[in-house]
Amino acid sequence: MQPLAISRYSVVNCLGAGAQAVTGAIRERRSGLAPCDFETVALESWIGRVAGLEQVRIRSDLAAYDCRNNRLAQLGLDTDGFTGAVAAARERYGAARIGVFVGTSTSGILETELAYRRRDPRSGALPPDFRYAETQNTFSLADFVRRYLALEGPACVVSSACSSTAKVFGNAARMIAAGICDSAVVGGVDSLCLTTLYGFHSLELTARGPCRPFDAERDGISIGEGAGFALLERKPAAAGAAAALLGIGESSDAHHMSTPHPEGLGAKLAMTRALESAGLGPSDVDYVNLHGTGTRTNDAAEDRAVSDLFNAVTPCSSTKGATGHLLGAAGVTEAIICILSIGHDLMPGSANTRAVDPEVRCNYLVANREGRVRRALSNSFGFGGSNCSLVLGAAP
Amino acid sequence: MMHVFVEGVGLVGPGLQGWAAGRRVLAGEQPYRPAPTAVGASDWLPAAERRRAGTPVKLALAAGLEAFAGAGRDAAEVATVFASSGGDCDNVHLMCEALAGPERQVSPTRFHNSVHNAAAGYWSIATRSHAPSTSLCCYDASAAAGLLDAASQIAVDGDPVALIVYDHPYPEPLNAVRPLGASFGAALVLTPRATARAIAVLDVAFVPQNAAAARMDDPGLEALRTGVPAARCLPLLAALARGMRETVMLEYVAGTHLRVAVGPCS
Repeated sequence: MQPLAISRYSVVNCLGAGAQAVTGAIRERRSGLAPCDFETVALESWIGRVAGLEQVRIRSDLAAYDCRNNRLAQLGLDTDGFTGAVAAARERYGAARIGVFVGTSTSGILETELAYRRRDPRSGALPPDFRYAETQNTFSLADFVRRYLALEGPACVVSSACSSTAKVFGNAARMIAAGICDSAVVGGVDSLCLTTLYGFHSLELTARGPCRPFDAERDGISIGEGAGFALLERKPAAAGAAAALLGIGESSDAHHMSTPHPEGLGAKLAMTRALESAGLGPSDVDYVNLHGTGTRTNDAAEDRAVSDLFNAVTPCSSTKGATGHLLGAAGVTEAIICILSIGHDLMPGSANTRAVDPEVRCNYLVANREGRVRRALSNSFGFGGSNCSLVLGAAP
Repeated sequence: MMHVFVEGVGLVGPGLQGWAAGRRVLAGEQPYRPAPTAVGASDWLPAAERRRAGTPVKLALAAGLEAFAGAGRDAAEVATVFASSGGDCDNVHLMCEALAGPERQVSPTRFHNSVHNAAAGYWSIATRSHAPSTSLCCYDASAAAGLLDAASQIAVDGDPVALIVYDHPYPEPLNAVRPLGASFGAALVLTPRATARAIAVLDVAFVPQNAAAARMDDPGLEALRTGVPAARCLPLLAALARGMRETVMLEYVAGTHLRVAVGPCS
């Protein structure tokens, strides 16, 4: 593919709001995970919660969209000068030439979960203040973002579980290559809700303590929440780009709805296709940000795929011990961590990992490593066997 | 403008049981008689997955498999675009009901079926496909968003893509706030080049202005079109059924449209 400029990006998660806060936390190997104190949830698990969401006020003209997911979206759009950069792009291209392709897995389902507690005892009806389209529906996020940024180009939500916000880079790249858009806002949001907290618990996939990716004693994921956005352009703005999208690869496992292919077959296909699309070989990649959820099965399968492809040489790590698993928001968040890694020549070590599983063959970083990072690959794999890998590089 | 060829069509809706029969209704050769949508179990799925898959997933599979049968193509080799407004609506209700109860017990199957890409996951298992697949939502314009995405993939990557759109009603109480009139699924196998199987060529363009969306002449079919997001593609299917040269406007996001010029393949 023709490399695309990433002119601006913004990131918010339990490590903090903004690239500087996230970079600082990575430098200090700080984790944002803490014992679960969300809503009335009584589960023995840790979460990566974004502070202050309860105080966020949705812009008044979009008050109907008020829900935890869209509050986190607004927080993300207001961070790192993102909204201003989009306004400048709107001046350059026109609102109809900028697309919005964002991802979420659970959208505003929390509103519905809470509304179900307030059903009319006689009729069973939902409370009259419940707003389905603006909160629960999966499209709510894209609708909110396009209205917030006053964009009029194509817009939709990609919802493929934990690969969602990696895959949106592909939708945007194709729309730009096909000439339908000149620029696109990509990324997305996932926020804490009962569906995922109790759902992953029912699958026995949540860790009792903080998640420890690739650790011999790893016992599952810690669910987090976060927002990440990136502005993609065919040509960088006069001010220069922050980074570049060099390649994308997508695949399906065709194996099981909630368990990865044991040999990492789909994972390897996604990485191979991403390198092909970038016109690069494995040795051109200096760092791999793993999906690395901290479940026994994901890390084992991904290790096989990564160590086969990269000959167990390329440094790699998961940052989910720091951020938690941001589910639908993991893809864009970890793409941005790759961009930070390239910008600072810093490969993040794995927060909360104590001793790497002796079965692991890949070159897994527990401590931070400094060194030239010209290009990085980011993995995102989801339920339904949906896999996506991105290759990121320095600004063109 | 993006050119794509239609090789196969799938159709499962109320009174529209399969493309072979449904096309005659859509072409106006036979009257439209609404009847409950019949969705059978798919024998393409392994037994365990067949038990776990919900009706909306079976609906998507049925539409997709019919389109591939028409195209005479191996589904394992073809990328897919799934588009739905609500995904598995029965499952969402049962999850929310369980989470509002005192025990908050949800089953693992219930949870993994709650992802919007559940249909895509079951599809890849059924067809043994490792091809890329995406799952989109664009509220009432989900079918148009799916068509635009599929057309852009074909234009850029030069490979065939199958588009599968489906929607299934919520039970109460969600049905009251988001009524989806019926179960409806449709699918198109689209290719970059004309083949012996191609029945039509589509020129797809994004039109960022207000325009009048195409309607169905029959009041029953028009009610289906406006009542079910996936059925918003009915005017396009009707044009394919008529097999003549015509232009169809499909409503997209916030007053924008897709202009689809449909032409016969000879």
